[in-house]
Amino acid sequence: MSEENTKHKLQHGISRRGFIKLAGAGALGLTAASQGLRIISAKASAEQKPASPTGGRVRQWAVVINLRRCDGCQSQGTAPQCAQACIDGRFVAEPMQWLEVYEHEQHGGGSFFAPTLCMQCQNPPCVNVCPVAATWSTPEGIVLIDQRRCIGCRLCMAACPFERRFFLWGNPPRPPETALVQYSPTHQIGAKKGTVMKCDFCTDITAAGRLPYCAQACPSHAIYWADMEEDLATNGEEVKKLSVFLADNEAYRMKEELGTKPRVYYLPGHGQDVGRSAFAKGLKEVHWSWGQEGNGVKSWKRSGR
Amino acid sequence: METQRQVEEYGARLERSAFTPLSRISGRYTLFLMGLLAVVGFGVYAYLQQWDQGLLVTGMRDRISWGLYVVMFVFFIGISMAGTLISAILRIANAEWRLPITRMAEFVTFAALLIAPLFILLDMGQPTRLANLLTYGRWQSPLLWDVFGLTTYLIGSAIYLYLALIPDMALCRDSEHMKNHPFRWLFKALAIEWHGTEAQHRTLHHVLKVVMIGIIPVAVSMHTVTSWIFAMTLREPWDSAMYPAFFVAGALYSGVGVLIIVMAVLRKVFHLEEYFTLKHFKNLGYMLAAFSLLVMFFNVSEYVTAGFKLKGDVAEYLHNMFLGTLAPYYWTYALGGMVLPALIIAVPAARRIGVIVLAAVLANIGMWIERYLIVVGGLSLPLQPYEMATYSPTWVEWSLMAAGMAAFALLIAVIAKFVPVVAVWEMVAHSREKPESVTSHEASEKPKVKSRPRLPSSIAPAFPPAEGTK
Repeated sequence: MSEENTKHKLQHGISRRGFIKLAGAGALGLTAASQGLRIISAKASAEQKPASPTGGRVRQWAVVINLRRCDGCQSQGTAPQCAQACIDGRFVAEPMQWLEVYEHEQHGGGSFFAPTLCMQCQNPPCVNVCPVAATWSTPEGIVLIDQRRCIGCRLCMAACPFERRFFLWGNPPRPPETALVQYSPTHQIGAKKGTVMKCDFCTDITAAGRLPYCAQACPSHAIYWADMEEDLATNGEEVKKLSVFLADNEAYRMKEELGTKPRVYYLPGHGQDVGRSAFAKGLKEVHWSWGQEGNGVKSWKRSGR
Repeated sequence: METQRQVEEYGARLERSAFTPLSRISGRYTLFLMGLLAVVGFGVYAYLQQWDQGLLVTGMRDRISWGLYVVMFVFFIGISMAGTLISAILRIANAEWRLPITRMAEFVTFAALLIAPLFILLDMGQPTRLANLLTYGRWQSPLLWDVFGLTTYLIGSAIYLYLALIPDMALCRDSEHMKNHPFRWLFKALAIEWHGTEAQHRTLHHVLKVVMIGIIPVAVSMHTVTSWIFAMTLREPWDSAMYPAFFVAGALYSGVGVLIIVMAVLRKVFHLEEYFTLKHFKNLGYMLAAFSLLVMFFNVSEYVTAGFKLKGDVAEYLHNMFLGTLAPYYWTYALGGMVLPALIIAVPAARRIGVIVLAAVLANIGMWIERYLIVVGGLSLPLQPYEMATYSPTWVEWSLMAAGMAAFALLIAVIAKFVPVVAVWEMVAHSREKPESVTSHEASEKPKVKSRPRLPSSIAPAFPPAEGTK
C-alpha cells in the first residue's frame, strides 16, 4: 500500500513542478492547460492543509468495517447508530443517508448487514467525469465536493458504482445551530439546492483527533478509522496494526473488480459474534429529527424505495 | 422550343410557390404560432416553479437522477442527424431526388440543435453556473466533449445551411414576389452581393463540397460523444463499446423519420405537392426501413451477447426489461417502433404518403421510448441490495417536454417564413441541366394547376393541392 502512496505523492510533485517549468517557458500546450485546470481544482482543497503525522508525510485515511460485529443495531433495538449519528452529526438533509446500512443476502441463506459509506475511491469515477472540477481527490485520498462550483448535472451520480452520491433536490433545511458556520467542502454545511453531496469522511473532526461520527456511535465498535501511512487502525477501544489486521481477516473491498480502488475495507462475517441470528431480518428506520425541529422546513421523500 | 418553355415555366412556378409563403402570413398560421407559443409559455411557467423550488418538483430522485430532460436531449440530438444525412450524404452520393428536400433537412438539424442544449440547461441543478463549463471546464469530462461537439456541430450546420442559402437570398432580393417584403434589406445583406456569376458559382460549389464532407464526421462524433456520456460510466447497461454505433444508427433512424413528418406537414401547409412527391416519401421510406434494420441489428447484438453470459446484474436488468416493469415500453418500442415501420414499408401496396408518414411517426415514438429505456432503464438497475428503482415524471417535466417540442415546431415554422423551404436555385439549375426531369411529370400536373383561377392570396392559397400527387 505504501507503494501506492509514494506513487500518489510523486505524481503530485511532478505535475506541479512540471507546470511551473512549462509556465516559465511560456509554453501553453495542452499539457500545460490540463495541469492548469488541475491546479485550479486543487485550489479549493488547499483551504485545509493536508493532515500529516510528521513532516512531509501525508495521512492516507481509510475505514475498516468489521462485519462480524455489525448486527444492524438489532441488539440495540434502534436504527443503525452509525447511520443515525451521521445524520445528526453532519446535519444530513432528509432523505439522504450518506452512510446507509444495507442487508445483503448470504450464501446458504440468511443475511448480513454492511454499513455503506462513500468508498473514497483512489480511481474515483465521479471525479473523472465531473465537467467543472467541483469534485476532486485530496492528498489524503478523500473525495470532496465544492458545492459552490457544482453545476448540478449529476453526471457523478450516474458514474458512482456504489450510489453513494446524493442530490439536493430542494432547498435543504438549515439547522439553527449552524447559523454561524462558514461553508467548507469538508463539512458541506450551507450547500445550496441543485448540488451534489456525499460522505466526506468527517476529515474536519478527524484532523482534530476525534473519530468520525459513525465510528464514535457504533455500539459494537465495528468501525475502525485508519491511516494507511502510519499503518494504524482504531475503533476508539483498541488499536490495530492496519496491514496485519486486514491480512489476518481476509479484508475485501466492495466491487473490487471495477478497479475504483476504494478506501473502505470490509472484514467478512455475519454478526454471530454479537449473538445475532444470521436469519433474523429487519433494520429500524433512521429519522431526520434535527430537521423536523426547525419550523417551516421543507423536506422531501425518497422515491423508488 | 417546347422543352425550353416548360423549363422556364417550371422555374417561374417554383419561384412563386417558394416565395409566396414568405410574403404572406395567413390567419391560420398566426393561430398556429399562437398555439405553439401558448405551449412554450406554459413551459416557462413550469420552469419558474422548478427555478423556485429546485428539481424537487420533478419526478427524479437520487436513484433515478436523470429523467425526461436527458431523454429529450438525446432525442433531439438524434433528430439532428436528418440534415446531415439527407443533405450531405446524398449530396456526396449525387442523388438527384434529394434536391427539393435538402433545405428542409438542414432546417430540422439546425432547429434540433438549438433545442437539444436547452434540455441540458433544464436538467441542471444550478443553471446560473453554466459559465463554469468554460471557466472551470475539464476537457477530461464527457460532458465537455458534448459541449465541444454540440458547439461545433451547431456552428457547422448553420454555416452549411447558410452557404446553400446565399443564391436563394439573392433570389429573394431580386424576385418580383418579394418587392414589398419588409425584410428585403435582410435578404439583401444575407445575399452578400451574390449575382450568380461563373466565378461565384465555382467558389460556392467548392466551399459547399468542403463543408458537406466536413460536417459528416462532425455529426458522427456528436452522436458518439452523446453516447459516451453514458458509456463512460460503470453502470452495467451502459458500459458498452457498442454505444456510439448504436446511437448513430438510432439517430439515422429517427432523423429520417422526423424528416418525413416535417416534409408531409410543410407539403400540406405550403402546397409543395409538385416538389415533395410520392417518390421522395418512398425513397425516404426505404431509408427508414433500412435504418430500422440497423437498429434491430444492434438490439439483437447487444442483448444476445449480454443475455447469453448473464454477467453481473445483467439477468436482473434484462428480466426487468423483457418481462418486468419496463416490458410494456420495450415491446412497444421493439415491435411497434422498430419492426412494424420496416414491415409497413416492405409491403408495396402500403407505399402511400399517409402510410409512410404513419411509419415515420411510429419510428419516432419507438425511438423516444428507446431513449427513455436507455436513460431511465439504465439508472433503475440497483447498485446496492435494494429493489428496482421507479420513476414517474411530474407535470413540470411533461410540460417542459411539450414546450420543447412546440419550440422545435415553432422554430421550423418561423424559419420557413424567412427562408424558402426548397433550394430554388439548385432546382432551377437542375431543371436547366436536365429538362426531362421537369417535363416528364409536369404533363400530368401542370394543367390542373394552371386551370384554376387565381384568387387573392388572402382568401385562398396560391397553389391548391394537385390531386395527381396524392
